[in-house]
Amino acid sequence: MALDSKVPEGPIKDKWTTYKDKINLVNPANKRHIDVIVVGTGLAGGSASATLAELGYNVKAFAYQDSPRRAHSIAAQGGINAAKNYQGDGDSNYRLFYDTVKGGDYRSREANVYRLAEVSANIIDQCVAQGVPFARDYGGLLDNRSFGGVLVSRTFYAKGQTGQQLLLGAYSAMNRQIARGKIEMFNRHEMLDVVIVDGKARGIIARNLVTGEIERHSAHAVVIASGGYGNVYFLSTNAMGSNATAAWKIHKKGAYFANPCYTQIHPTCIPRSGDYQSKLTLMSESLRNDGRIWVPKNLEDVKAIREGRKKPTDLSEDERDYYLERRYPAFGNLVPRDVASRAAKERCDAGYGVNATGEAVYLDFASAITRYGIEQAKIHNISNPSDAKIYELGQKIVEEKYGNLFQMYEKIVDENPYKTPMMIYPAVHYTMGGVWVDYNLMTTIPGCYCIGEANFSDHGANRLGASALMQGLADGYFVLPYTIGDYLADDIRTGKISTDLPEFETAEKEVSDRINFFINNKGTKSVDYFHKKLGNIMWNKCGMSRNAKNLEEAIKEIAELRAEFWKEVSVPGGDKEFNEELAKAGRVADFLELGELFAKDALNRNESCGGHFREESAEESGPQKGEAKRDDKNYAYVAAWEYKGEPANAVLHKEELKFNDIELKQRSYK
Amino acid sequence: MNLTLKIWRQKDSKTKGLMVDYKVTDISEHMSFLEMMDVLNEQLVNTGEEPVAFDHDCREGICGMCSMYINGEAHGPDRGVTTCQLHMRMFKDGDTITIEPFRAKAFPVIKDLVVDRSSFERIQQAGGFISVNTSGNTQDANAIPISKHAADEAMDAAACIGCGACVATCKNSSAMLFVGAKVSQYALLPQGQVEAADRVLNMVAQMDAEGFGNCTNTGACEIECPKGISLENIARMNREYLSASLKG
Repeated sequence: MALDSKVPEGPIKDKWTTYKDKINLVNPANKRHIDVIVVGTGLAGGSASATLAELGYNVKAFAYQDSPRRAHSIAAQGGINAAKNYQGDGDSNYRLFYDTVKGGDYRSREANVYRLAEVSANIIDQCVAQGVPFARDYGGLLDNRSFGGVLVSRTFYAKGQTGQQLLLGAYSAMNRQIARGKIEMFNRHEMLDVVIVDGKARGIIARNLVTGEIERHSAHAVVIASGGYGNVYFLSTNAMGSNATAAWKIHKKGAYFANPCYTQIHPTCIPRSGDYQSKLTLMSESLRNDGRIWVPKNLEDVKAIREGRKKPTDLSEDERDYYLERRYPAFGNLVPRDVASRAAKERCDAGYGVNATGEAVYLDFASAITRYGIEQAKIHNISNPSDAKIYELGQKIVEEKYGNLFQMYEKIVDENPYKTPMMIYPAVHYTMGGVWVDYNLMTTIPGCYCIGEANFSDHGANRLGASALMQGLADGYFVLPYTIGDYLADDIRTGKISTDLPEFETAEKEVSDRINFFINNKGTKSVDYFHKKLGNIMWNKCGMSRNAKNLEEAIKEIAELRAEFWKEVSVPGGDKEFNEELAKAGRVADFLELGELFAKDALNRNESCGGHFREESAEESGPQKGEAKRDDKNYAYVAAWEYKGEPANAVLHKEELKFNDIELKQRSYK
Repeated sequence: MNLTLKIWRQKDSKTKGLMVDYKVTDISEHMSFLEMMDVLNEQLVNTGEEPVAFDHDCREGICGMCSMYINGEAHGPDRGVTTCQLHMRMFKDGDTITIEPFRAKAFPVIKDLVVDRSSFERIQQAGGFISVNTSGNTQDANAIPISKHAADEAMDAAACIGCGACVATCKNSSAMLFVGAKVSQYALLPQGQVEAADRVLNMVAQMDAEGFGNCTNTGACEIECPKGISLENIARMNREYLSASLKG
């Protein structure tokens, strides 16, 4: 099947408006007879469920947690971008669009990104109307901060808990519709397959995670909003339960999977401490507004610090290497995430890592605390303040801005970051790749949509900070509710879809067979054993920098591990009960396939772009030496993979990317 | 360190439960409490036993999913943390740790340490929202200035993660801190004013219907709350409730 992105004609500024004016609508009386299933209730799924229900559709929403409010969007800290230009610093829809396309290293679809920028301002209006308590200044107006890869302040925030507050906003909108009966909420349920009838997505098979019952649910359209696949690495900043199963199931039933190798490794996470580690914790990128990143200049100091003979605070300014400020004077500590992560890896690989594992760099707030302290002393008319007073005043401001993050750091690491610099190291955080969708956010299965992190569309090869929340809510509140109407307009006479159809029967049997296999396999190794092994292969061979040899090995090793999994996996307990090991087994089985496709995609893309760095493709000389080298001639396309039995047999389809409104340039933050 | 764990095991909501003893060895002080539980569960799976079921997800203290009652305290001995943020450095070699589910009539046990908190869902559905549709035509976000003080106070109330530690801690199993926080968030913002009276009356009515107890102002909930939600929120809810009742 040829890929048709269905991007409307016309100038980029008018595409979305003109398109909305012309698409089909479903009249309010008919919406009552149309059912929509939404899988996942994070920012994308939650906002989509609420809005579709407000419009009048009957929504069935599914979450694996015990409440929609617990989806992992809740852990997003720093903020949400919007081209409001409240700061009057030259922001505009075009600039947000430009920054996002450039930040994504020119591997995203222009029309989708422009639409995202266009609706961004409305998201803030909507959230404020819902009672989201964004940070405000003393005049009562909304405050902004700045994030990596941009030159304006367009990020709205609610302390360090922006994701939480936005999700609670969407959740409250859902609650209103649950109370009206327009959303039927299925908590502690997991989607295990999609049901396709006459070529269209018409329902799902789900498992009740409390009773173990397998359930059939029908609808006129299915929306997948199940998040990213970062847990393919086992260790990531994702929640423990975050999984790719819903996305992978639709892939196996015909939805193409795009750019799986585009993964974001976030530069500011708390370094790992031991083999028992179950997950990694992110420290918000907003910290880079005020924190300066450094390692010692001399290897002797590194050694002394590792052995505990010196403390970081013992080192004078000229004994420190503020390597981001040195290498990227224009953006300094606020370079995009992929650039910051690679720079940290470069220093640590060269032996400058500052903790026992050699995998950590410092994030230091001392100069910000002093700067704020001096400013506060002036505001409060304190003349000749002592250093201690300056520190005290400055610490208060830093605490107001990042208090909860500092507290979190202290709880985990047992060090006070007001007194000694934080230690950070990159960790897997977000996946830009995902299910391929067209301009309507529809997958290659008619009637099956994919929104939020689960799709591939807006961030190209690298996502800018504070843009995930923007995309999730844009898709759910303002894009999908329009585009899905155009499709459902043909379904007003269809009537209720029966779950007795043979297609439901077959899908349910497949799901039950697999569950029975796990329960009866009685192997010798736990699910986590395989997940950790997969994670190791992914991190070592498909991590921050990749090469053909490692990727070929990864493909082979993952296939072998998968074969061993199906032979040796052990799942205790029964199927008709609460059984987390069983749920995990299904998720890891899917990761074991996805991981291989990931490596295959990374091998195919022999260029460096965004988060995907191929060692074979770096600048060899000149001022950009060592920086990523993109290959627009050969790789300016979306790699959309079609499932053909085994990941090794997946067939590549290319969507060529055309840039009419932005000139393709090397991404420079110097 | 080596530890003895006394853990509540209960097959499902209908079966009677009991405390069972387990031993774990070589636990690092840098582990989180849940990583220690992972070690135990891996041990159980490898010997063909059923692992201990417990709720957890984000493991960074924000989703509100984890819910253990450890040595007689919701989320364990540390302050201002959820169970997932509790670290083993709070314990010492040779300790015996008692681990129970959150206990409250309105939180029935599902399995082992997993409880059903859907009563919280129904309270929120009764009024924990502002009735505004997603039209794209709401007014500009800066049209109504909100004082920094009110915005910050609303944010402090909104920081509640809905874990239920307040209920588990309270001798009356009262949910007043949870409901108070939600009522307060909206009561402090101009957007929440229109429905303020109905909201507080409906949410309190649902809270009572779910079987939560009343508040006797001992303040244990505030101490155990991982997010430091203040008792002031209960006072504010009571004021809102009183004035809404009088308006009748």
